[in-house]
Amino acid sequence: MSRRARLVLGLGSLAALAVLAVWAVGGLPDVGHPRGPYADLAPRIMLDERHVTNTVTGVTFDLRGFDTLGEELILFVAALGAAVLLRAQRDERAEEEAAAAEERRGPETTDALRALGAVLVGPVLLLGVYVVAHGALTPGGGFQGGVLLAGALLLVYAAGQVAAVQRVRPVAFVEVADAVGAASYVLLAVGGLVFGVAAMDNFLPLGTAGSLLSGGIVPVLSVAVGVEVTAAVTLILSEFVDQMMLRGSDR
Amino acid sequence: MSGGLAYLVAVWLLLVGLYGVITSRHLVHLVLCLGVMQASTYVLLLAIGWRAGGQAPIFVDIPPRTPVVDPVVQALTLTDVVVEATVVAVLLALTVQAHKRFGTCDPDELGVLRG
Repeated sequence: MSRRARLVLGLGSLAALAVLAVWAVGGLPDVGHPRGPYADLAPRIMLDERHVTNTVTGVTFDLRGFDTLGEELILFVAALGAAVLLRAQRDERAEEEAAAAEERRGPETTDALRALGAVLVGPVLLLGVYVVAHGALTPGGGFQGGVLLAGALLLVYAAGQVAAVQRVRPVAFVEVADAVGAASYVLLAVGGLVFGVAAMDNFLPLGTAGSLLSGGIVPVLSVAVGVEVTAAVTLILSEFVDQMMLRGSDR
Repeated sequence: MSGGLAYLVAVWLLLVGLYGVITSRHLVHLVLCLGVMQASTYVLLLAIGWRAGGQAPIFVDIPPRTPVVDPVVQALTLTDVVVEATVVAVLLALTVQAHKRFGTCDPDELGVLRG
């Protein structure tokens, strides 16, 4: 099909979709008045029965904990897929050696960028750990904090210290951490089966709402996800960085 | 329907993103357009759960029975963001592979090369 014909067909379909979508919007509940009982029930359940003050994390790791298991495995498989896809082409020995030489030298970056990266890495790492650890209390959780932690590593790279990244990120370690994070979530889910009534059931003391060690297994699950997300995102990012290095050595 | 502007923004993001996907001449551009499409689901979910005058569902410094926005759809949005991140990662990895193998990132030329 020619580009022109495809564009005409595409625009026609888009117009039809627009009409249908706007029509469908008319049937949605009024903005500002959520329907259904869950907007009121979920905070009540999480606060009274789980002592979790951040209801969003509570819903993610308790009420919808089983879905989050699947979600976490999606991330695990995606990291695996990206790694397999990007690693398939590392056969070229010469390219790899050239890339290694490039890595030793490190790309040219300005002093300002280096300084900014060096200054930001520590605070971002700390923020990531804080966000993971306090997921059950204040905004945050394993997913958000994990991305922050992986982002700190990307900052090291952006500051031009590729050699440092190579030291910080032994790929084998990241892969193991990825698997450990995913496995501990599964084990915690099974733990409910062993120590409690059903899978994902809470089997740890609930503690006082608002204190760091409260919420039963919710903060533990949050940390497990934090480890998994950090490792998965680091793995994906470092594979892309490696690709960039290969590409850079082509030039 | 009152104050349905947020819903219309969601529709707009979906349509603009889809237009980008249809007319895209570069695979990276295509993946980013897919991201724009997915952003419409975030807006839609959050708009459905928003409560007029509601607080954020974090009960650290607000009394226990304060009306809050719907936390369930916020958790769904979190899932949505994670799924988008994974989809983008895999698609970009595929893009790198496609460029290595075919020497181009134009979706049209990819079709020609494959025959």
